[in-house]
Amino acid sequence: MKLVGEKGVQRILMITALSAISSLLLIALFIFSEGLPFIFKYGAGNFLLANEWDPNTGHFGIFPMIMSSVWVTLGAMVVGAPLGIAGAIFLSEYASPIIMKIVKPTIELLAAIPSVVYGFIGVMVLAPVIRNNLGGPGLSLLAGCIILGIMILPTVISISIDSILAVPRSYREGSLALGATTWQTTHMVTIKAARSGIVASIILGLGRAIGETMAVIMVAGNSVNIPNSALDSVRTLTANIALEMSYATGMHREALFATGVILFIIIMILNSIASVAIRNRNAKK
Amino acid sequence: MNIKFKIENLSVYFGKEQFLNSVNLEVEANKILGIIGPSGSGKSTLLGALNRMNELEPYCRTEGTILMDGVDINSSTYNVINLRKKVGIVFAMPVPLPMSIYENVVYGVRLSGVNDKKRLDELVEKSLSEAFLWNEVKDRLNLSGLRISGGQQQRLCLARVLAMEPEAILLDEPSSGLDPISTSKIEDALNQLKEKYTIVLVTNNTKQAARISDNTAYFLLGDMIEVGSTKQIFTAPLKKETDDYITGRFG
Repeated sequence: MKLVGEKGVQRILMITALSAISSLLLIALFIFSEGLPFIFKYGAGNFLLANEWDPNTGHFGIFPMIMSSVWVTLGAMVVGAPLGIAGAIFLSEYASPIIMKIVKPTIELLAAIPSVVYGFIGVMVLAPVIRNNLGGPGLSLLAGCIILGIMILPTVISISIDSILAVPRSYREGSLALGATTWQTTHMVTIKAARSGIVASIILGLGRAIGETMAVIMVAGNSVNIPNSALDSVRTLTANIALEMSYATGMHREALFATGVILFIIIMILNSIASVAIRNRNAKK
Repeated sequence: MNIKFKIENLSVYFGKEQFLNSVNLEVEANKILGIIGPSGSGKSTLLGALNRMNELEPYCRTEGTILMDGVDINSSTYNVINLRKKVGIVFAMPVPLPMSIYENVVYGVRLSGVNDKKRLDELVEKSLSEAFLWNEVKDRLNLSGLRISGGQQQRLCLARVLAMEPEAILLDEPSSGLDPISTSKIEDALNQLKEKYTIVLVTNNTKQAARISDNTAYFLLGDMIEVGSTKQIFTAPLKKETDDYITGRFG
């Protein structure tokens, strides 16, 4: 006699799958129910576009944090995307299969390093180097960009490699047989065919960068201002929530939830773009 | 008799396995050489040696000499990129590049540095006409090469080789996946093309070799068993193995 029938297995698996989705829904519901009323009460314009963030006097403008998040994320992309894509091209098109077998898992291991460790290295190594060579406090936008740029490498590299390897071998052979060099084949055929996957890898990297908290708190300096230079100390949206959550009450607490709403929306948009890009890749033969 | 390729003691290994055993073969210029033989006989490996596509496989080793117009193209000092521009190949599976029909045809030419629009337009029309495809696609040259039928794709692959104005064309079972009408179009094209090019045609279809090749070589398990005029091979083969294969008594 079977302990659980076919139907039973199906039901158990469905409940498991639903629990993952429902926790996402619950989180979304919770954040929105806590944060949205504040946005309506305080005014979306005042909240998003005002420069002053001073909970003690009731000023809750998150524009500096939005700009800091945007700059840190774009900077991380400038650091991480070229490195990641170049690395993916090297590993998939030039390196021998043995090197690929060793290096790719190693890069993916980078993703397993806790972000606090990245932050620690940023504080101990990177910040002094910046302070001594470029000036400023060291803990800065630039430090955040570099650390985040490294942190998104595993995402960018491994998704890019997957999409480059998904390009049919016959495309490469057709190109090489016409007298193209490996590099000509790579940039005229392979990269073009893998383009949407590479774009998706960058967007997912962006999502990772904008959502990263611990490492950014440690290296970016956390003062609330719109950065004028890469050496300024900045505070991102995520850092703002994490730094003030423990003691916030009332309006202040609601403002932090509202910050979470904004982050949530940004990341949902980025992920949707990425999944559309990936779907395009699969739809195109 | 004008010899295009003179292959001497050609052996090809992939890893430890030997795919061609000291093959000697001459390919006449402006003729179609048909290569027949059961699968695993080294036919495709021979083509892969002629434009050195074999080298893309790791652990491939090629010994012997292949003289093209008297120059050893198998020598490590011979520029393989130039070789592939001179010796084009059409694969069994037609795979256009993921770009428009027009761009597929001019792909190789562009890489060689030709960018003059008028010259490219001429080349596209000429190559597609020679491949018997022009009339079918002339109004939709911007359509993706992946959107036309399999038979058309194969002729597109032939056209992109022709656009390079090569010296020799290798075809690896070009009609294995095609319907009879597409096949006959390819064969018509080849019959005209041999005026200008040297053609080596690998085929699993002995009737195709009998129809269009001037000379035929029979390969078995990496050995070149016999080569001769197509008429002689199909009517009075010297070797028993050849006779067995063409009469269908093989295996």
